[in-house]
Amino acid sequence: MSKHHVITRINGEQVEFLTDPGTSLLSALRDQLGLTGSKEGCNNGNCGACNVVLNGELVNSCCVLAVEINGAELTTIEGVADGDNLHPLQQSFINDAALQCGICTPGFIVAAKALLEREPDADEARIRHWLAGNLCRCTGYDKIVQAVLDAAPEMRAAARA
Amino acid sequence: MTTIERPAYKVIGSRPVRPDGVEKVTGKAQYAADPRPQGVVFGKILRSPHAHARIVSIDTSEAERHPGVLGIVTAADFPQAEDKVQDLGEGAVNLRELSDNILASEKVLYRGHAIAAVAAASPHEAEAAAQKIRVEYEVLTPVTNVLDAMREDAPLLNETRHTKMMGGQHSERPSNIAAYNQFKAGDADAGLAESDLVVEREFTTSMVHQGYIEPQSSTASWNADGTITIWTSTQGAFVVRAQVAEVLRIPVARIKVIPMEIGGGFGGKIPIYLDPVAALLSKKSGRPVKLSMNRTEVFEGTGPTSGTVISVKAGAKDGKLHAVQATLRYEAGAYPGSPVGAGAMTMLAPYDLEHVEIHTFDVVVNKPKTSAYRAPGSPAAAFAMESVVDELARTLKIDPLQFRLNSASKEGTKQVTGVPFARIGNEEVLNTAMTHPHYTAPIEGPYRGRGVASGYWFNGGMQSSVVVAVNPDGTVNLVEGSTDIGGTRASLAMQLAETLSIPYDAIRPIVADTDSIGHNDVTGGSRTTVASGMAVYQAGQDVIREMSSRAARLWSVTPEDVSYEDGVFHCLKDSTKELTFKELAAQGARTGGPIAGRASLVARGAGGAFGTHIVDVEVDPGTGKTTILRYTAVQDVGTAIHPSYVEGQIQGGVVQGIGWALNEEFVYDENGRMLNSSFLDYRMPTALDVPLIDAVIVEVPNPGHPYGVRGVGEVPIVPPLAAIANAVADATGHRFTQLPLSPRRLIEELDGGD
Ligand code: FES
Ligand code: FES
Repeated sequence: MSKHHVITRINGEQVEFLTDPGTSLLSALRDQLGLTGSKEGCNNGNCGACNVVLNGELVNSCCVLAVEINGAELTTIEGVADGDNLHPLQQSFINDAALQCGICTPGFIVAAKALLEREPDADEARIRHWLAGNLCRCTGYDKIVQAVLDAAPEMRAAARA
Repeated sequence: MTTIERPAYKVIGSRPVRPDGVEKVTGKAQYAADPRPQGVVFGKILRSPHAHARIVSIDTSEAERHPGVLGIVTAADFPQAEDKVQDLGEGAVNLRELSDNILASEKVLYRGHAIAAVAAASPHEAEAAAQKIRVEYEVLTPVTNVLDAMREDAPLLNETRHTKMMGGQHSERPSNIAAYNQFKAGDADAGLAESDLVVEREFTTSMVHQGYIEPQSSTASWNADGTITIWTSTQGAFVVRAQVAEVLRIPVARIKVIPMEIGGGFGGKIPIYLDPVAALLSKKSGRPVKLSMNRTEVFEGTGPTSGTVISVKAGAKDGKLHAVQATLRYEAGAYPGSPVGAGAMTMLAPYDLEHVEIHTFDVVVNKPKTSAYRAPGSPAAAFAMESVVDELARTLKIDPLQFRLNSASKEGTKQVTGVPFARIGNEEVLNTAMTHPHYTAPIEGPYRGRGVASGYWFNGGMQSSVVVAVNPDGTVNLVEGSTDIGGTRASLAMQLAETLSIPYDAIRPIVADTDSIGHNDVTGGSRTTVASGMAVYQAGQDVIREMSSRAARLWSVTPEDVSYEDGVFHCLKDSTKELTFKELAAQGARTGGPIAGRASLVARGAGGAFGTHIVDVEVDPGTGKTTILRYTAVQDVGTAIHPSYVEGQIQGGVVQGIGWALNEEFVYDENGRMLNSSFLDYRMPTALDVPLIDAVIVEVPNPGHPYGVRGVGEVPIVPPLAAIANAVADATGHRFTQLPLSPRRLIEELDGGD
């Protein structure tokens, strides 16, 4: 099987790698690029643990092929914080105890960020609807929804500034 | 929050951030599938396509020739395991059956049963090679339902298994009934005969899965010196070490288990599946081997909890529960060991009644070997019992919570085992629920209804070991061996901060590997905050004793002349002399060397706990969909160390219970094939399916714990099944006795009538 050459930008940095045509983006991130923050819960698009943002769209990276990101712009959980400064969502997840085991947390944060960036005034119903693609088995979702609501004002303020 | 009697704590009851939070929100925390040791290669397991078959032969020759293959393992590579039972904390295992469950030797007993494993340079090569292993089967008829398996003419999973009866006897005929037991008090027949009202029902629940989001994954390295290193996520690193040592017949000290962060467990990550296989593949290939399950393998090849059929006949007299006769039949899966005993011991815990007779059957079927799932055995039993109690109360026109209060167990009430309860909070919980605004609010509208139910879980004690090292700058390392599955680093550090009267931030908790700390039992049975908390308390006391003697040495007095209060050591002989914790910590080298404290214990006095839930539902008679409108969970937690994590445990348990009640089930075809082994078809609740869960904390301190803690994590999954079924009965006028209350079942039963 011949390998494909992929050039892409991940979390603001240019990245090049070779990949088999059948390799998923999730597998390339985790196994080849050392970005293990994106998690595998199901590998078929039903849990959101592998959520990344591809050219501005929230996707399940297990359902995207690595070759498809050639020339694309990608943000993973590793690119959400600004250096040592946590993103407001990351801070609110910690403050609100919105994680127990934490395996779902990267996916929820990436997904919630994608929502609030396009709909900064999302209410509880909208948040629950948007996050319905992400499974959490530990928290019962309550504190996750609360953490997203709590991060929203700071994100709105940052957007205005 | 209802607090009964509680000392003024400084740290306990506050809500600090967890020490591992930043790692987990930035994606840096390393979970089971994340470590990649130098030179790692990948394994793949070949699994049985049949639910019941004899293995005639296994031919690996073609697979061995597949490019990239570095090693193949079958059951023949395991040393013969001993036929003995080992206690694993939440549940015991027979080691031969454990070994057979990891890799089948003579028979496969469920679809998905592991048969062989291949290591290769890439996951794809491993998978392709595994397909080239030729297994010849003699296919047998499967039995996948508990009632079918109990029939005398049922196909037998094990022709040499006889029913283990009370007193150690065995049945004459071989049987799929692995064990029969009974619990008796008073005279149930007479009690039922003299009751004012008797209700008799049979209930069915389906096999359900813990549904942790992180699939099992293990990476093992068989090192040149004969030691083994295992990176895995587990509820008990020491239990993994012990099981691997038994299965591979090598000394415990040669195995090091490095516990990775764990992506959920709920009881399902106590047994081992992959670890010894990865280790043997590493031995054969000379490379570290990573073996990971995909989601289908998790559903088909790991332990869910039992499907059940439970019959209950219950009588009420003078407005109270008076007599109960029950028969509990639980699927154990492929090997014995369902939680039916725990079902029997918990179902009547909320009640004080005279006449009890419970029969229990542990039954093997051609499905995966069950493992613990949050309050194992209790939710299904509570579904049956609490549904019948609801029917008794409603028929007698007594408020269902009042009926429970009339019959409530309290301190001194004898449990079905004959052991009386210590101080419990059952009545406080019921009273809090009765006066809660949710319960006093009216519920109106067609097809809307309200249900309540209670539940109980024992909570575990068991072994814990911790070391507390005081650093010269006054900070403290807390070295523990209990898996942190949902915030126990924080809850243990908080208890140590309280004990030592130092700030929470001064403590750094570390979950150590098995080479670095004494034995710790599993994180299970809601025991960690309780039992490791006791160990932390004792180790903290040990530190204070040690530091008092250091201060005594500095002041030339005896240790008895030193007191410690609010973070300051005082000299009782000379009130001008005092040293803060931090100042004295700096004197370690001058006063006898590094300061440390330790504790190793078998925790006793882990108190049981109760919860009572209130739920409002709306049923759509057209689609059969049940919507949860409002949910309130009241629970006695003893003392809430970190109220946010207590609420989180309760909310999480409730939502798992909602899934169990409304949607979740293993669906099988007649050949024993699971038809819904993906997250798309095995439908767990999403954020959209549930409302806010109001967690109401009641604190009736546990007298057996220095800070009054009771286990929290398991109780909340017990009441939801019955509470929701009772609410649906209220909404529709129809009593449902089979779970899940899926839209199809609702429509069928509502249309068809009873
Ligand atoms: S792993 Fe991609 S959606 Fe579950
Ligand atoms: S915190 Fe464990 S799955 Fe969400």
